[in-house]
Amino acid sequence: MHGIITIFGKELSDHFSSYRFLILFALIAMVSLITVYMAGMTITKELEGVAKPKFVFLMLFTLSGAGFSLVQFVAFFGPVIGLILGFDTINREKNEGTLSKLLSQPIYRDAVINGKFLAGFALIAVMMISIVLVVSGMGLIVMGVIPGSEECWRLFIYLIISIVYISFWLGAAILFSILFRSVATSALAALAMWVFFSFFVSLGANAVANALTPDAGASDPDAMMQRVRIGKAISLASPMELYTDSTATIIDPMRRTTRSLVQIGMMERLSMERFSGPLSLWQSILVVLPYIISLVAITAVCFAVSYTVFLRQEIRSL
Amino acid sequence: MAIIETEDLTKVYKGRVAVDGLSFSVQEGEIFGFLGPNGAGKTTTLLMLLGLTEPTRGKARVFGLDPAREPIRVKSMIAYLQENMGFYRDLDARQTLGYIAELNRLPQDLTETRIERALKSVGLDKEAEKKVGDYSRGMRQRLGIAEVLVKEPKVAFLDEPTLGLDPDTTNRIMELIESLCRDKNMTVLLSSHLLYQVQKICHRVGIMIGGRMVAQGPMAQLAADKLGVGKEQYTLEEIYMKYFQEA
Repeated sequence: MHGIITIFGKELSDHFSSYRFLILFALIAMVSLITVYMAGMTITKELEGVAKPKFVFLMLFTLSGAGFSLVQFVAFFGPVIGLILGFDTINREKNEGTLSKLLSQPIYRDAVINGKFLAGFALIAVMMISIVLVVSGMGLIVMGVIPGSEECWRLFIYLIISIVYISFWLGAAILFSILFRSVATSALAALAMWVFFSFFVSLGANAVANALTPDAGASDPDAMMQRVRIGKAISLASPMELYTDSTATIIDPMRRTTRSLVQIGMMERLSMERFSGPLSLWQSILVVLPYIISLVAITAVCFAVSYTVFLRQEIRSL
Repeated sequence: MAIIETEDLTKVYKGRVAVDGLSFSVQEGEIFGFLGPNGAGKTTTLLMLLGLTEPTRGKARVFGLDPAREPIRVKSMIAYLQENMGFYRDLDARQTLGYIAELNRLPQDLTETRIERALKSVGLDKEAEKKVGDYSRGMRQRLGIAEVLVKEPKVAFLDEPTLGLDPDTTNRIMELIESLCRDKNMTVLLSSHLLYQVQKICHRVGIMIGGRMVAQGPMAQLAADKLGVGKEQYTLEEIYMKYFQEA
């Protein structure tokens, strides 16, 4: 345990003093502030003279301001944070010859991976929590709406899911840094994985669903539903989809699982929501719990593979 | 008392026998010269003694402990100065040594005095605030030695400790190693190609060629065996070359 804490402390201070972290943080802070500001302005404008609907504060995070919402941005860009923080964790130490020095000190080998992962995890947590706090603060000013306790809880759960999600990508990146000796190769592999999950899984899911339900169309709503369900089931193989789905449910209590079928505008959505009850917090948690568990599970799988590969590697080849 | 003992220690690595049935022992407080050409299996042997690599066959004992089974206890007693060791470029010398101290669980008050003393011993105390990334080769080598000093180990494995150092510093480091063995009863396994230095400070030497220990013992004895000459009439280089040509 001692080794983990020491390595954790060193890695964390390395992270905080690195340009990499500064650039990432500046980028995220900038994008989220702009997005939320735009979303806040839109909401204030749309809601002028209308009674405020429930959970209006959470709309800050789900409503697209400048082309995308904050939740979408984190889903898309969060992996890059995790990957950038982790892709050279182990192989950089190998290449610089510091790994064998580290391992010849009285620490267990897994302490190296654990310490480094925890440092990245802490960094991600600090990043996400500060972003959400700053953004909420700005939302308060722009919209003049104070979040209720349920909204705070939902934001809290959203934060937890986000941190777990980004940490999964961090774990994947650490795995790549163990598998590949060259830093450039592991960066490329990590990037390829990100592109695959962000674009190709949903494309592939659609293609498979279309092939399985050839006669679906406007005349056959049942087949249409089936097509969507098949597509959904396949795309759940992507951690990105797991994250988007779970956060959308947590942050948007009015969300219906079939919403992706029907395109509606903001005002229509608001008026529809006036007639339907929101999902209670507990129900939302129940819905997203399997998603969270899946995210944690795939992170654990990444870790298990990392451990077995790293612990078996000969120091000679390190 | 034998601090390090191996018996039939063998390592097969990628189908090649790197260390072949090695049996040798090192006594407490001794400076053991560990010689041999490149690729003779010296580093592999050191790694097995540290518990970083598992032997294919045979056994190794450090203070009676099996490094493969109790690596933490073994590693806490050994300091390993590897050849071409790397450093964290963004840390300065004090931070580097502090990290080593922390990994070895040195108490805080002890850490600071030891770091200052080690920096002074290797002559880096004036450049301790510089980032290691800006260090020259010789300075890095000295910092590596300072890492060993901070740990104050019972055993030190020094792989080419004076590589890239000027003659004056080399002499100072060698004297330092000698005095540590004398005063603190430290045991040293010194692997180097600078045979003149080895001859000056080592009590016994072992010559390893092709994964086997072809000779071990006090230098005078090896000289008598191989060269048939008496005391003070040989150089270690002659002995070494003789064994090397025979192998």
